[in-house]
This record gives sequence, C-alpha cells and structure tokens, in this order.
Amino acid sequence: MLITCPYCGPRDVIEFTYQGDGNRERPNPASQDLEAWNAYVYDRLNPAGDHNEIWQHSGGCRAHLRMVRNTLTHEISSVAFVRGAAANTKSGGKP
Amino acid sequence: MAEYSVFSLLKNALNGNRDWKPAWRKPDPKASYDVIVVGGGGHGLSTAYYLAKEHGITNVAVLERGWIGSGNVGRNTVTIRSNYLLPPNTRFYEHSMKQWENLSHDLNYNVMFSQRGVLNLAHTPAQLDDYARRGNSMRHQGVDAELMTPAQIKQLMPAIDISGNARFPILGGLMQRRAGTARHDAVAWGYARGADRRGVDIIENCEVTGFLRDGDRITGVTTSRGEIRAKKVAVVVAGSTGRVMQLAGIDRLPIESHVLQAFVTESLKPFLDTVVTFGMGHCYINQSDKGGLVYGGDIDGYNSYAQRGNLPIVEDVMSEMLAMFPSLGGVRLLRSWGGVCDMSMDGSPIITKGPLPGMYLNCGWCYGGFKATPASGFCFAHTIARDEPHELNAAFTLDRFHRGILIDEKGQGATPRLH
Amino acid sequence: MSPRRADTGGRVDRQRTIRFTFDGIAYTGHAGDTLASALLANGVTLFGRSFKYHRPRGVLSAGVEEPNALVTVLKGEFREPNLPATMVEIHDGLTAVSQNRTPTLAWDIGALNQLGGKVLAAGFYYKTFMGPVFGPLKGTRFWMFCEHFIRRAAGLGRAGSTPDKARYERMNAFCDVLVVGSGPAGLMAATAAAEQGANVILAELDPQFGGSANWSGETIDGMPAASWARRVAGQLERHDNVRLLPRTTVWGHYDGNVMAAIERVSDFKERSAKGEPRHRHWTIRAKSVVLATGSLERPLVFPGNDRPGVMLAHAAQRYANEFGVLPGSKIALFTNNDSAYGAAVALKKAGAAIVAIVDVRSELSAETRSLASAAEAELLNGHAVVATEGGKGLSGIKVQRFDAVSGALTGDSRSIHADCLLMSGGWSPTIHLASQAGARAQWSPARQAFLPPKPDGRWIGAGAFTGSFSTDEAIAEGRAAGLSAAGGHAAPAVLPTVEATPCDPDPAPVFEIKAKGRSFVDFQHDVTSEDVRLAHREGFISVEHLKRYTTLGMATDQGKNSNVPGLAIMAQALGKPIPEVGTTRFRPPFAAVSLGSLAAERYGDLRPERLTPMHDWHIENGATMYSAGLWYRPMIYGLPGETVEQAYVREAKATRESAGIVDVSTLGKIAVQGPDAAEFLDRVYTNMFSTLVVGKARYGLMLREDGVAFDDGTTWRLGEQDFLMTTTTANAGKVMQHLEYFLDVIWPELKVTITSVTDEWAGAAIGGPKARQILAACVTGTPVDNAALPFMGIVHGRIAGVPVMICRLSFSGEMAFEVYCGAGYGTHVWEALIEAGKPFGLVTYGLEALGTMRIEKGHVTGAEIDGRTTARDLHLDWMLSKKKPFIGSSMMDREGLVAQDRLELVGLVSLDNRPLNGGSHIVEQLDEANPHGSIGHITACCYSPALGKYIALALVKGGKARHGTRAFASDPLRGRFGPVEIVSNHFYDPDGSRMHG
Repeated sequence: MLITCPYCGPRDVIEFTYQGDGNRERPNPASQDLEAWNAYVYDRLNPAGDHNEIWQHSGGCRAHLRMVRNTLTHEISSVAFVRGAAANTKSGGKP
Repeated sequence: MAEYSVFSLLKNALNGNRDWKPAWRKPDPKASYDVIVVGGGGHGLSTAYYLAKEHGITNVAVLERGWIGSGNVGRNTVTIRSNYLLPPNTRFYEHSMKQWENLSHDLNYNVMFSQRGVLNLAHTPAQLDDYARRGNSMRHQGVDAELMTPAQIKQLMPAIDISGNARFPILGGLMQRRAGTARHDAVAWGYARGADRRGVDIIENCEVTGFLRDGDRITGVTTSRGEIRAKKVAVVVAGSTGRVMQLAGIDRLPIESHVLQAFVTESLKPFLDTVVTFGMGHCYINQSDKGGLVYGGDIDGYNSYAQRGNLPIVEDVMSEMLAMFPSLGGVRLLRSWGGVCDMSMDGSPIITKGPLPGMYLNCGWCYGGFKATPASGFCFAHTIARDEPHELNAAFTLDRFHRGILIDEKGQGATPRLH
Repeated sequence: MSPRRADTGGRVDRQRTIRFTFDGIAYTGHAGDTLASALLANGVTLFGRSFKYHRPRGVLSAGVEEPNALVTVLKGEFREPNLPATMVEIHDGLTAVSQNRTPTLAWDIGALNQLGGKVLAAGFYYKTFMGPVFGPLKGTRFWMFCEHFIRRAAGLGRAGSTPDKARYERMNAFCDVLVVGSGPAGLMAATAAAEQGANVILAELDPQFGGSANWSGETIDGMPAASWARRVAGQLERHDNVRLLPRTTVWGHYDGNVMAAIERVSDFKERSAKGEPRHRHWTIRAKSVVLATGSLERPLVFPGNDRPGVMLAHAAQRYANEFGVLPGSKIALFTNNDSAYGAAVALKKAGAAIVAIVDVRSELSAETRSLASAAEAELLNGHAVVATEGGKGLSGIKVQRFDAVSGALTGDSRSIHADCLLMSGGWSPTIHLASQAGARAQWSPARQAFLPPKPDGRWIGAGAFTGSFSTDEAIAEGRAAGLSAAGGHAAPAVLPTVEATPCDPDPAPVFEIKAKGRSFVDFQHDVTSEDVRLAHREGFISVEHLKRYTTLGMATDQGKNSNVPGLAIMAQALGKPIPEVGTTRFRPPFAAVSLGSLAAERYGDLRPERLTPMHDWHIENGATMYSAGLWYRPMIYGLPGETVEQAYVREAKATRESAGIVDVSTLGKIAVQGPDAAEFLDRVYTNMFSTLVVGKARYGLMLREDGVAFDDGTTWRLGEQDFLMTTTTANAGKVMQHLEYFLDVIWPELKVTITSVTDEWAGAAIGGPKARQILAACVTGTPVDNAALPFMGIVHGRIAGVPVMICRLSFSGEMAFEVYCGAGYGTHVWEALIEAGKPFGLVTYGLEALGTMRIEKGHVTGAEIDGRTTARDLHLDWMLSKKKPFIGSSMMDREGLVAQDRLELVGLVSLDNRPLNGGSHIVEQLDEANPHGSIGHITACCYSPALGKYIALALVKGGKARHGTRAFASDPLRGRFGPVEIVSNHFYDPDGSRMHG
C-alpha cells in the first residue's frame, strides 16, 4: 500500500503508523462526562467501506494525516494534514 | 447418520465409497427458530452444537453468508494453548483445552488435536522473568507450564539457532506441553456435523441483511433467503462484527477490524515437532501434518475487511522466522492469505447478552479465537440458554471497557493494533 | 549425443557439456538445459513420487507449474528442497536428489499406501484415528501415535539444519510501466511503452526473453519467432529507460501496484561472483502494470493419466523446440483442442514418430486434419484415451470411441504402443496477479476458461492472459497495452507479421474421461476424480470446501494444473455450470519464493543495533552486554571469576560507599520547546510543570488516556520556553508518538515543538557519597556545591573542555548527578569522569547494580509500570494534581481502576535468606504440590548489599494493608518456595537523606 503524504509524496505503508478512527471527538479536558470519555477512548467506527482515519508519517515527516481509505479495497481517496491544510499552504506546505 | 470409524471406512471402501451421506444437511430456512446463530464459523457452529447438546435447544438455525468455516476458523495458524497471564483468560482457555482433549470423540470427528507443545522463546532476562510470571500464574491455576533452557530447546528443535551470536540470543523459553495444534477445517466440519445430527439447521449462502425488531427488541433477521424469526438472535461473526452490528443500528463498538496474514511453505519432511514463537517481535510457527511450515506474525495494523495484507509484514515475519531457523533460507513460501480479526480494546474477547434485548454477542477474538472455539461455543450457548453468563465468560462483558475492568494481557491499553 | 537429443534445434549449446548428478548418478547435459530437459535427454522417465500414494511420476510440464518432478538441490550441507526440475538450470557440479521416497526413487516402500486404495479416499483421516475412549491411548494419545507415522510418510523434500550461507538482496524499483512476461505480447508492450519515453521494467521468469516465441515454431517478420524475440529484446536492452529482468518471477500484486518479484541471480551458476546474491527480492512500485503472463495448458483427466511418460503437449513441444530433446520416440497425443496439433508437427519435425492423435472431438477442421497428416499421425477423432500401460514408464495406451457431448464410451478398446503420451485439455490464462489485485475472473464458455475482467486502471492485460491465444492477437494487444500503460495514444503502426498454423482457440468442453481406473486431477496430492465426487456426495460442494476436503489445488503448483478440471468435475456432479461452482481467489505468491529472499538483508541481522556513544569503552573494559530493546547496555563489569551476583553486589556496594558511574545514554530525551511548552507539559504530566523554575528538574508521571500509568522520568527546565524531557529507555518512541499525537491532532493551537534528541546526548549518571567531589575535580566553569547545584538543580559547565549539562537527581538513592554532553563527546567525557573518579574509588556499574539500587529505593520501572497498573497501585497518587486536568485524569477513577483487590506495589524480604526469583508468585498458604491462591507476583529482585538480604519488589493484592505480614514466594517453575515478609517498597533510606545530602 502506498500513501501519498502531502509533504513527502507517495511512500510505502511501512513508514506510517495507524492511529485509528478519525471520527472520535475528545471531550473538553475538564469534562467529567465519563460516558463521553469512554466513548472517545473505546468506541470506534469500524465501517466496511470508506473510513475516516488518522495516520502518522512516523518514518517520514511525522505529521499526522487524515485519510479516507476504503477498508474493503484499501484504496485511499483523500489524504490531508490533520492540522488544517489551509494553514499549511500559507506556510509553504510545511507542517 | 452413520458413525465415523475405521469400520465404516472399510465398509464404504468395499462399496466404492458410494454410500457416504453429506456431513451435514442443506436445509431451507424455516420461518422461525428458538435461536438463530448468525455466523457459520467455528464459534457459531460450536455455539449451535452446545445449545443442542448441553441445553437441549435444537430448534436452532446457523446462518452463514458463504460456506461454513469460510472465515477465521479456516484461515488461522491452528495454535491451541492456554498459556495466558491473567486469570480470567487462563481459566477460560484452560477449559477450552480440556474440551479439545476430548473433542474428536465428542464430535465423532477427528479434529487431529496434537498436543505437541507450544514454546515461547525469551531473549532477555526481563522477558524470561515475564514468562516466569506467566508460567507461574498458569501453575497456580492448575495449568501445565515449564521453563526450558537453551540446551533443552536445541534438543527439541535441532535447527534452531541458540548461538550467542544471534541478534537476539535465546535465553530460554516457556513451554506448555499440553498445547498444540488441530486441523482447523475439521473443527468447523465436525461441529457442523455434530450440530446437524442433533437437529440444528445449518443454512449456507444465507446472508443476514438486517434485523427484525419489535421496538428495541430483536425478533429475527432478514436474509438473502427471506425473513427468519427467532426468540433469540446470537451474533457470532468475529471479523465481520462491525458490519453485522451496523445492521442492528450499532455502529460503534470497542473493536477495530484488522487484517492478519498467515503463511505456509512448501511441504517438508518432519522438521519441527513443536509450536514455537519468537520473542523479539511476533512470529509463530508450526509444521502441519502435511509438512508445510505454517506461520504468521503481527497484524498489518490498520482497519481492513479485505482479507489481503501488504508486503512489509511478509518481509518482517520471514526475517523473524529465519532468525530462529537460519537453515530455512532455501525453503520456499507457497501461499499467503489474510484473515480479518476483531481487535478489541484490551485484547480479550466479548461473550455477552445484549447489547439489545433479544440479542447476544460473541466477538473481539483478536487473533486468538481458534483455540477458544470449544469454550466460546460452550459459554455462549450457556449465556443464550440461561440468559446469564457462565462463570467462565462472566468477565468477558461489553461494559468492562467503560467500567475500567480490563483484561489487558499485553498492557497496551486501547490501541488495538498493539494487542 | 544421447538418443533423445536431436542433432539440431533449440537454444542449448551442444558444444558445452555440463556434468551433474541426480540421485548420485552422473549425467551430462548442455549449457541452456534445465534439469528436466537434461534428464529427459538421458532417457530418464522417473522423476519423483507423489505425495499420498507415492506413485511413480515423470515430468508433466516444462515450466513453473510442474507438480511431479520436484527435486532437492544440495550445496554442500545446505539443502534447497522442492525445486521443480523444470526450473533448475544445470551447471557443472549440480547435485540434485529426488524426494519423498524410501529407500530409492525406483523402489519406494511408501507406494504400499496405494494398497489402501479406497479406504484412503479424500478426507478418510477425519473419520478415524480417534482411538479408544478409555485406556492408555485415550484422549489425544492414539491420534498422536498415528500422527507420528503419518507425518513421516507425508512431506516432500527435507530441510536441513545447516545455516544458509548464501546472501540475499533486496531492491526497490520504481517505474512507469512494469511488463510481466516477455512473450510476443510482453515484448510488444515493453517496446511500445519504451518508445513513449516511459520508464519500463520487463520481467521474465525464464532465463531468456520470448515466452512462447521460443518454442512455437512460428515465423514473425519473416524470421523464426525465437530470433524475432531475441532481436526485440536486444533492441529493448539498448533503451536507457528499459530495465530487463530475466529469471525474475513477479509473484505478488499488492495494494497500490506494489509488485513483488524474485530474481534468481546466481543459483544457476556453479559459483556466484563475489558479492553476488543468490536471489534478489524486488519491490517494484509501478504506475501501471501490463500483465502479459500467458496461459497454462491443462491436463486431461483419464485413467492412468499420471503414468511417467504422460506429459502436457506444449511441454513436449518446448522440449523439442527449445532444448532439442524428444520426450519419447513413439509419441501419441490426446487432446480436446487444436493447439496440440502444432506440438505433433514440431515433434515429428524433431524426429519422433507420432503414432496417433486421439481427439475427443469428432468434427475437425480441414486445417487440423492436414496438420495430422503433416505429422504422419493416425487421427482418431471422436476417441478418448481410457487407459495407459507400463510401469515406471509408458508402454502404450488404450483408446475407445467417445462421444464428446454425452461423455459415453462405446465400442471395443484398442491398444496403441507409445512411449510418450501428450495431452492437452485446453488453456487457462495466467490471471493470478490480476486476481491477487482483487479482479474477479469471468468464465468464458467459448474458451472454457476463466478470463480476467476488464482492466481496472492499475493493470492492463495482453495476449494469452486475456484469452487471445494467437500470436497475431498477442502482438496487437501487447502494443496497445504498452501504449495505454505509458499514457500514449494508439497511433497506427505496421505490426510484425506472423506466419502460424491456424488454430481454433476454443476447446471441446471435455475435462474427464470416465472409465475404470484412477484418474488424477491433482497429480502431486493424488486427488482423483472419484475423490471430487466423494466430496460432492458428502456435501463439500463449494469450491473452497472441495479444495480443503480433498486438498485439490493445495500442492506446490497451487492448482495451476488442477483447479479448472476439478471445478469442472464438481460442476458436472452438481449439474451446474462451472461459474456457479465458483473459482478460488489467487493469493500471493504466484509461484513459490525463497524465504531467504524475503528476509533479504535482514537474514541473520534482524533488527538494527543501537549502541550508546560509550559502547566500545564498555566492551574494552570488560562489560557483559545484553540487549534492551534495540539497545545494548552493560549488565555488569565483571572481574575474573566473579559471578553475576558477586559483580553487581560489588558495584552497588562501592557506589553506596564511594561512587559509581553508569551509562544512561539510552534514556529517551525529548526537547519540548515553545511559548506553550509549560502548558503542554501540565497537560501531559499528572503533576505541575508550569511552576518549575528555570534551572530545575522535576520527576513527572504520565498516564494514558484510559487512566493507566504510562511512563515516568525527569523533565528539566532549561529556559522559560525550553524543556528537556527524559523517558524510560523502553518507552522513548511511544512517548514521542504520544506527545506528537496530542500536539498535532488534539491541541494544534499549542505553540510547541518537540524533537527527539535521544541520540544527540550522551549521558552518565554518577552517584554516591563521593560523587560531588569527583565532579568538583573535573567540572570547570560552574561550582557544583549544594548552593549552586541543589537537589534537582541544573548547571552548565565543562568537563575536559567539553560543554556539559549536569542535573542533580538520583535513581540510586545516593547523592547523584546526571551528566549530559554531545553524543560525539560521550566517551571523552566518560573517560574524564572515570579519571577524575580514580582517587575516590569510582566504579563503573551496569544494569544489574542499577536495578539493585532502585529496588532498594523502591523506584518503579517498566516491570511495575506494565500497562495495567495505576498511579495509585504504585503509590504515586501524590503525583496526581487536583488543580488541573491532565491526560488520563477523567478516566483514572473508574470503578475497575480503584477496586480494592487491585495489585499494589510492595517490598518483600526473603526470610530464608535465599534468592527470590523474578516472576515468582506470592501466596498466603504454601502448597508446593498443588500451587494455588496467587495474590501477586515478584516484579524485580536482588541481593541487597545495603540491607544484607535478598529482597524484591512485588505487586500484591491488598498491598499496603499487608505490610508487616508474612507470605510465601511460590515459584513452581523453578521449584523455589519460601517465606517472605511483605514490607514497604521503600527499603533503603526512605526519607531520602542520602540523596538530599
């Protein structure tokens, strides 16, 4: 599998670390809503098809990427920096 | 249906093998059942078998999307062991081990359970201590375990490299002699035949497409072969849990589906009599009765339902295997394949009533489900029949994650790719 | 010349004689021969034994799909088993032996299995060997007894136990177009793509390019096809943008067009050149792939079809046209299609007599009939072969009139003398790589074959791969595919002209001749047509059940010969069309690949080694090293004759009495910098860091999100916005990723950068009552007295001219300092410290002594922070700030994490003055015979020189509440049982007066 890092270009999957379901919302740090915390930590979307997920280019620029990848075909339909693509464009595409 | 034995083999051979009957019937689904088991894998079939055998519940249908045993029971690397660290796991898998020890007779089907031993290699003093902790935990629960020295290991498997020159020298190992391997397909077929003989309908090519509901309560399923009603619907589809539960409106679970690759070499004369695992990394290897070295390693490490892995893991597993057995460079990889695993958030399974009324859920087997096949079916059948867990699966609840009562064998927390 | 070698023809070099042995007998062949062609030329017919019945087998094919003629090649002590003789190129000194026979290939005791006959039908082992329900052989014992013998009877070649000395190599390649296969289609595709300027790789599994052109006997552009192929390959070689890879099997098609291939670089040579690997593992990342992989001829299923001397028709044509070898002198053919007639003509031309062509079809075209005449063969159309005769070689065949529609045999059978029978059951496109990529094959009723679906943008097919079996089509499709793959447009061009015998690509739909006798579907695994029908009878009707129940298609050829015939027989039994029975998905590898090549450079060198800057010094000064993850660290610096325990006790004692120094360069070090650095640390640590003043360090604890303890270490405030975080050695990478995740994903608003600087700093911890004096003796530029360097204080100075950073902190419990300098100066500073310490009795100590002193102090490490314990379990709850949220703060009080029966950290003292063992369990009541009732386990243990006792840290249920009580260490694994007292984990200097000085 090749992942096209917006910074480094197409690279082999071996350079990346999977960070899981990208749909999870971390509760406000001060929140005492245990259910929300539990859902954030433990409950994952796990679709058969397109999945919104976070990867880290750990063997490269180490940026975190938000990807839409099909879990049935492994085809990747979009890759972007988690830290807002717009902001990165301004700073010359560097994370 | 005829008992299988050497006598029936001889009798049928004289007849040109023309009188053998199907190992299980191919019935059409009835309109309703007491229990529907969704999933004709090892665990689903064993659940149906024990529902009939232990609880007398025979008005049961097992619904299988494809052909029975097409999932992980037919794709795993067949290791059976109960060498777990944490007591809820040790107890459960040891019960399974005891079931394995009598399974061929119980099923009248030779599942070829071979207690050839499972050896975990240790490469650092700290790892040896870890294995000692695990082995002692087993011994304190009445499970066999022993530590082996490098010399003893060398005697057991002459081709292993115990030289101090290895990148990760072997300092010893934890051996469970009662552990071993079985013929995976036979397990599915044996349970299918056993359940069928007790009246269970095994319905292949019947894909569940939705759940019938009365309010919150599950009252049956819609399938590619029509609606089927049931008092109880048991979902036991490890590898597809996310997909099937989504049909019931539950799209978030403490599970990620990951692909695990497995490998087999060309057939060799006896080379390795024991199952052995490499301790610096994750590679396990055994030799099948046909002679192929069957082995695997880590999961690929990302969500997948594709039953197809990628190249880096292939290379990683091979290098670990050759670190153990440096004479195998010229032996050739024959086939690789992938299976989809329910990776749970603590690496341990879920066998529970719910999460919806009328529903029962068995999932989260990570990549250790094969060895659990007997106990999983036994406990799940109990849970379904009695509406309460057996003491062996009482800890394998769905709510344990939220409550913080985790069974985290590897201590990795909610990072499924690391379990 | 041997009787079976024609005087001319083929690519073998008759001037070069090669000497080799097979089963100890010396043979000769010629340069260019395979082991199979050379042995056939020598009149050898018996090549191997089948898997189950040990039936004698000849060579079936001429290529990678060979199921019968498997050999082991010996290189000294090293063994390479299960190589198809058809793929082994001979060289002087080649030593090959046959397999799966006892004692010899000709006389194999295993052949007695055949007497088992119908009892040993498919799946018989599931029905028996269960053994008695009581007595000594109950349970699994009987099966394991039987298994012992079954395993010895099964298996093919033998793997050795001598390490493989060969080198394997890995290559990465990138290209615009990868062309797989170099037949006319592949050559055209590569040429077309290359002319478009694309970067092209052309991979061919055979030693020479050309594929079918090498043996078809056709004419292309007015020259023999083989010459044409050579010319085109030569032209390709001159292109700078083309890389030609002969002897390279593309075996895997992974996600994103990552293609895996194995190149056999030197194993066809007597000696490999210096530095030359045996195999090279290629990972080719191709923008587009042209699959020109051709097709495979199928056997026919009829009684006796496995007898040595029965061979695929095109294989014989290859032996004749490529190697000048005749597999027989009186050859019969049996076919359901036209392609075999070309083989008949070729063999006739090469000098064999074609005694008969048996064709299941009654209607034949005029062209086909004229080919039969050209071969001077008796044409028996509307006939089938119903038996073969002979022992370990063919002596004749029996034929009978046959109706291809009903499958009925009529009339009397007739015997025909022949020493070789060629069969052709039609052709199956080699669609494996497309199937691996997820393509679903489609059944073509005309071709009676599974064809690939439409190309999907990643790959495009050409030639026989697509079911276009003529060379004309291959040339046109190849060019079009090459253009398309290179992104070019089809410009009209003059294509090479082909002169070939006309050939209808569609066979008769006949796969099996049902007559008395065993008809083999899977040759190697001895799966017969009756086995397939038995599977049907017993309900194993899905193609995967068929495969698993009978082992059809599971042999080393992976069903290349047997899949379609097996499916056809099952379809007939079910009364369904073949596509409704299904086809199995092909999985990597296409053909078997050596494990050595897959491990490549990591073979014997599994993981990188991480060495601290002072590594060489440790080795030179007698350290015993051991691995900690990827690192190597000194365990002890033993003196001659010392045991490990004596060494670490000496080192620890000396440290507590005077001073000791230990290499701590492996600790994870992360620079945390930026305006929000302090805020960030407040969030990731359980305790406060924003209140830390510049020039001071603080011990910190991190939890995971789920509230479980994660890692600990000290973090130093070097400046207002500049922190140096240290982590445990084991968790350095994980902590870094953890921090990066939060900064990048959760808190992008924080202005913080983090940098791993583990490898930038060398570190030494020097501790003991005289540590400060030693520092004072060698540090310049800063005082190191209590005022300048209080507990947890940081100063900058120089040692031996090198800038250093010194923090006064202690893991050993002594007055201690960590000295960091640039990694390049590590040894320099280390040696200066050692030198300065000499007058003070400074010792070097290793991990054992370090561990001993930390146990005495009750500090935790990875053995206690094991991913299951909480801060409370480890008595670190004093570090949980109540003033701020931090990672894990919301989750750490869940019911399971605060339960009463959790394991808590305690200390243990051995009451019998004997050593305790790591991993020993703790019980209240000792029961050596039947250990039970574990309440916890020992995480670390040592002899404590400070206490004069054997002590340990342990995690025990109830923890603190048990202080002062007695329990037992129970270690049945090592037979060590004994009384212990449970005490506080702070054994030594609990109020810290020594380190505070």
